[in-house]
Amino acid sequence: MNWIPDIFRRRKLYDDLSEEIRLHIEERTEQLMADGMSRHEAEQAARRAFGNRTLLEERSREVWQWPRLESIWADVRFALRQLRRSPGFTLAAIVTLALAIGANAVVFSVMNAFILRPLNVPHAESFFALQHGVGDVANQSYPDYLDLRDCNRGFDDLVAYNIVQSGLDAGGDPSTIWIEEASGNYFDALGLQPFLGHVFHAGDEHGPNSAPYIVLTYAYWHTHFQDDRGVVGRVVRLNKHPFTIIGVAPKDFRGTLLFFNPDVFVPIVNHPLLGANELSARGDRWVFEIMGHLRAGVTSAQAVADLNSIGASLERAYPKDEGKMTFVLTRPNLYGDFLGRPVRAFMTGLMLLAGLILLAACANLGSLFAARAADRSREVALRLALGAGRKRILRGVFTEAVLISLAGGAVGLTCSAVLLRALSAWQPFPRWPLHLAVNPDARVYGVAVLLALISGLLFGAVPVRQVLRTSPYEVVKSGSNRVAGRRMIARDLLLVVQIAICSVLVTSSMVAVRGLARSLRADFGFDVQNNLLAETDLIMAGYSPDRVPAMQKRMIDALQAMPGVESVGLTDSLPLGAGAGKSIVFTDNTTNLKPSSVVADAFVFNISPEYLRAAGTALLSGRAFTWQDDKSSPRVAVVNAEFARRVFGSMNNAIGRYYKMRDGTRVEVVGLAEDGKYGGLNEDPQPAMFLPILQSPSNSTILVVRSRRDPQLLAAAMRSELRQLDAGLPVFIETRDKPMAVLMFGPRMATVALGILGAMGGMLSITGIFGMAAYSVSKRLKELGIRVALGAGRKEVLRAALGRAVKLLALGSVAGLLLGILASRVLAFIVYQATPRDPFVLTGVVLAMALLGLLATWIPAQRALSIDPLVLLREE
Amino acid sequence: MPVANKPMTVSTPRDLFPGALEMMILESLRRQPAHGYALVQHIQQRSNNLLQVEEGSLYPALQRLLKSKLVKAEWGVSSTNRKVRTYQITAAGLRHLEEQISSFERMFEGIALVLNPGKAATS
Repeated sequence: MNWIPDIFRRRKLYDDLSEEIRLHIEERTEQLMADGMSRHEAEQAARRAFGNRTLLEERSREVWQWPRLESIWADVRFALRQLRRSPGFTLAAIVTLALAIGANAVVFSVMNAFILRPLNVPHAESFFALQHGVGDVANQSYPDYLDLRDCNRGFDDLVAYNIVQSGLDAGGDPSTIWIEEASGNYFDALGLQPFLGHVFHAGDEHGPNSAPYIVLTYAYWHTHFQDDRGVVGRVVRLNKHPFTIIGVAPKDFRGTLLFFNPDVFVPIVNHPLLGANELSARGDRWVFEIMGHLRAGVTSAQAVADLNSIGASLERAYPKDEGKMTFVLTRPNLYGDFLGRPVRAFMTGLMLLAGLILLAACANLGSLFAARAADRSREVALRLALGAGRKRILRGVFTEAVLISLAGGAVGLTCSAVLLRALSAWQPFPRWPLHLAVNPDARVYGVAVLLALISGLLFGAVPVRQVLRTSPYEVVKSGSNRVAGRRMIARDLLLVVQIAICSVLVTSSMVAVRGLARSLRADFGFDVQNNLLAETDLIMAGYSPDRVPAMQKRMIDALQAMPGVESVGLTDSLPLGAGAGKSIVFTDNTTNLKPSSVVADAFVFNISPEYLRAAGTALLSGRAFTWQDDKSSPRVAVVNAEFARRVFGSMNNAIGRYYKMRDGTRVEVVGLAEDGKYGGLNEDPQPAMFLPILQSPSNSTILVVRSRRDPQLLAAAMRSELRQLDAGLPVFIETRDKPMAVLMFGPRMATVALGILGAMGGMLSITGIFGMAAYSVSKRLKELGIRVALGAGRKEVLRAALGRAVKLLALGSVAGLLLGILASRVLAFIVYQATPRDPFVLTGVVLAMALLGLLATWIPAQRALSIDPLVLLREE
Repeated sequence: MPVANKPMTVSTPRDLFPGALEMMILESLRRQPAHGYALVQHIQQRSNNLLQVEEGSLYPALQRLLKSKLVKAEWGVSSTNRKVRTYQITAAGLRHLEEQISSFERMFEGIALVLNPGKAATS
């Protein structure tokens, strides 16, 4: 390798070469002059005989260069110069690609995180979960797990886990945490070493509630114990029972479910304390999932056959408890096929969509490039005439394309990385430990760069034919290059489709936004403002059922006594909160309580007397409950208007009438409440009944506090007030709209997604129209020049130059608007009160599309208007 | 030579075949060291002007030979008192030339056999 000295010698080599060639021509000239030519003639003849000096010198110099690299570098510099000369084009191209590549990177990253990336445990490739042969579920009973674990021959070991929520009292602020109850062999079978302290083992299990140990996840240790290494050995309380923290799990281990990150691990034998199920009940399938590493050399088919034979013998041994016991193996990441199948389908759909966006972007950039090539046909022809190879010119075109695609790719990737990091840190619902760990990894970066390169080559290839067919003679003679024609029709169609899709997306996102805005102001049948919720579970806090009502009353009284609090009510579940239950009812004269005679399936809320007032639910007639409506007095209910209509036929005569509950209990209606939204924002009026909490007690406790005080201050005061009643009570305080956010999540996401897609569609349409308008202006520059010379006004010029683009835009927009209005009917299932017959939406769409057209045609229009016939005539 | 009466042009420098020009340069230099201009004259004269070597095309070939160390160059003054860069064949160049010539002769023989089967058989 002697290229290093070559670099320093090169200057000298080149100088020698030039000097040598100069001397050569000089010698030839003198020779010819000696033969009798004049100096002028001789010089010319000598040069002719020598050939293209510049080219030959370049060829000679190339001998000393790393041929590819250096000429590529020269191409890159040339391309950069060219791109800098047309910043509008460059920017449009880069932004388009950035969007398309960014979308692909985001979708691929999510797909990578959810589907492609293996679980974060050693030897994940042989790690499987057991799923029932029928139905996409995996839950088993604990005795079945023990039998499967002990009898199977296909797995190294089988582990089981279950998830429960529990109250943790670590001395300070008692809080609700999510526990993964794991079998004793869990960490050993997964091959995980603790980050700190130690983990529990199979040998720690000695029957129910025998292993009161806690292993913290790294994240929980980090956020709640501030990385305190002294935490090992500390005794804390779970649901009031003492447990010892023995260690911290490895840093990157967040359980085996992708979305769901538990806070701590506890041996599964403690389940009777934390959940409510007995370990020995064979018919009670509360164990969430069973998983294990396949034994080396065992195929999954063999393992399944083995499991099925165990299942068959269990069926024979316990015919009363067991159903059909067959198995399939799946990946535990997404709880087998339960989430896996829809997630895979959804991601495949998204990936396809992203791919289409990229393809459309490539098509648009292709026509931009074609326009550019047409603009530069003179330059290309000139270079061809001067002896440049077509290969070299094409290389220039591709260099430009690849540069743009790499720049676009880099921008897109950066933006998507930011977005993905935000998405990874995002916790959509603070109450549930749901995380989307979708951080991009090397694979994502690789795919994005590859996609960028491929798309660069794709759209770079569009003008190839144009360049190849450029005839230098024709172009220099007539000034233009007659290519294209037929293909423009396909491109036009593509453009119209793009514009239509964009317009559909813009229409639907506006409809969705309007619907969302409206739904926030809608009448829910309760007041969202000035309401704080304090949620707790008294069983979790260690109260036996007989002590619950008294404690609930004390809590209500304590909060009621706080300054600034107007009223306090209690309910066991929230309208528009998760987990509102339903119950069937019968008319009073139904004697045979069979399913066909059910008159209504009504939402049930067990409430305290003050609840309706605190929640802001209007009582239309009759009375609210009192604390005298208890176990010893007759059963009463407050029903809503819809309930009255359904059960009694009308709401006027409901008060004082009776209906029957599921078990036949007669209940008297004492009050009539307004209708509201209970299960979802876009539901039809639903029947609902409110029952006194003393007559149908519940340990689930949600206190609704009505106050005009600042929510944050009030929340802190409420917390300390409740702490004084019971220091070990885990309380979750939030504003009234927070639980509704869970219901709004779907519509919000749909709106955001539509918005993002609409923006992308808009961007694509802009580049598409821009490309087409720019192309048509540069193709017809001469014609437009002649028009201007003959006295055409600005209007005529614009009409001639952009008429086609505007026509396509209008066509696409109208088609899209109509389709969008149709699509909004579908949208109405997701978004509350989505209606396209809304002047705001219609004007909005028209404005948006007009703005889009204006943006896209601005530069070509400027160019068309600035045509100076004199300049054109001189150039031709 | 059947292909030789085509003039060498810039756009088709390989009309001979790859390496032909280099071979002729090396052969000329084997007889005596020379500078670029003299080499052109020599090749044109020796080929009875059948080979219209475009003068400039010599230089890329010379640079290639220089790079692969088959020739070496030195600035000097010619007998006619001109500043010239004289090329000289190296030992490696001689070896390379021998190999090229023998492989070329084999190729030419083959081509001749294909083109004139009867004549080749009788000769």
